[in-house]
Amino acid sequence: MRQCNHDRVRFIMTKAHLELFEVFIRSRRGLDHKHVGSLHAEDPAQALEYARDTYTRCSEGVSIWVAKSSDICASQEADAESFYDPSDDKPYRHSSYYHLPDEVDNM
Amino acid sequence: MTDAAEQISHFESIISMDQCIEPKDWMPEAYRKNLIRQISQHAHSEIIGMQPEGNWLTRAPSLRRKAVLLSKIQDEGGHGLYLYSAAETLGISREEMIDALQTGEAKYASIFNYPTQTWADVGAIGWLVDGAAIVNQISLQRNSYGPYARAMVRICKEESFHQRQGYEIMLTLSRGSEKQIQVAQDALDRFYWPSLMMFGPHDSESAHSARSMAWKIKRETNDDLRQKFVDQTAPQIQILGLRHPDPKCIWDPERGHYDMGEINWEEFYSVINGNGHCNRQRLEHHIDAHEEGAWVREAMQSYHEKKKQQSYAKAS
Repeated sequence: MRQCNHDRVRFIMTKAHLELFEVFIRSRRGLDHKHVGSLHAEDPAQALEYARDTYTRCSEGVSIWVAKSSDICASQEADAESFYDPSDDKPYRHSSYYHLPDEVDNM
Repeated sequence: MTDAAEQISHFESIISMDQCIEPKDWMPEAYRKNLIRQISQHAHSEIIGMQPEGNWLTRAPSLRRKAVLLSKIQDEGGHGLYLYSAAETLGISREEMIDALQTGEAKYASIFNYPTQTWADVGAIGWLVDGAAIVNQISLQRNSYGPYARAMVRICKEESFHQRQGYEIMLTLSRGSEKQIQVAQDALDRFYWPSLMMFGPHDSESAHSARSMAWKIKRETNDDLRQKFVDQTAPQIQILGLRHPDPKCIWDPERGHYDMGEINWEEFYSVINGNGHCNRQRLEHHIDAHEEGAWVREAMQSYHEKKKQQSYAKAS
């Protein structure tokens, strides 16, 4: 029992050294890479292999990107109101705002 | 097969299957160069294109028109950035591209060397110049280089209001006083032909066309795209009740297209080669703005250096 616990601690400690990577997959040429999830790996090369094993078992992609999660800079949902505010009150940025005669309305 | 032969046959098979080449794929040097030329020229056009419209920003006839014009110009700046980024995936830097623009080595769409003399010109640009650009860009959504094609999709989506706001300006003027109708007609007369020139020389004269078509850097020829634009524009002129600037633009039921008169190619080449009304002004303004912004770039760099030093100090 004691031995078992010891193994468990060692396991957790090893795991703690692994870095978190975000995984992006391009499903076919011409499309953007899309975020599919994340995983732990020792380094980028290993992350790529793990990503292949974890996320592309059914031929989901032709290209994989991995990036360290700590390298990703993200906006905060809580700041959304002030962050996006300037673009919320501009209906004239949409084509439906302009009323044109029916004959040319497909413009 | 040798490695080189294998590479080129793989490249060509991707293109022939209508798939996209992506940044890390092997590609022939001429493909890369051709794309850099085309994408950077496209980017420069978006950026220089902000100037003729910017000329009317403080004199827009109402707050509404001003807000619309400001948004449109802001979009052009954004589109330039998408395109520069797409070109950068091919291994050229932003600095090199800007330098090529400022030394005149790289071109931008010749249409922006025409002055905007009246408010109606702003309408004509949105309607005709953006209209012509959209015809071209819709076709380019299917070009063979992934980052360029994706930038085109994004740009076309955002472009949708540009043409409509321009046409709306023309519609308002052409339903207005005699003087307003007159400036609308004048703007149409001055911008119609240069808009047709935007599609470039005839296919038989076009220096880059054949290979660009084979590599799917271009999907339709200059003349085919121009015809599309002429066909869509003729009825729009009719609705405005203005006189068509090309008396030869008559519907040919047999071809199912409008005919067109001959373009003044002498003017086209003269403007491209630097003799348009505003060539010098456009570049000077770009250089001035770039130099005036130098201190901001320098300040940002020093700040970044300082931050880096601080984090080293903390770490050690």
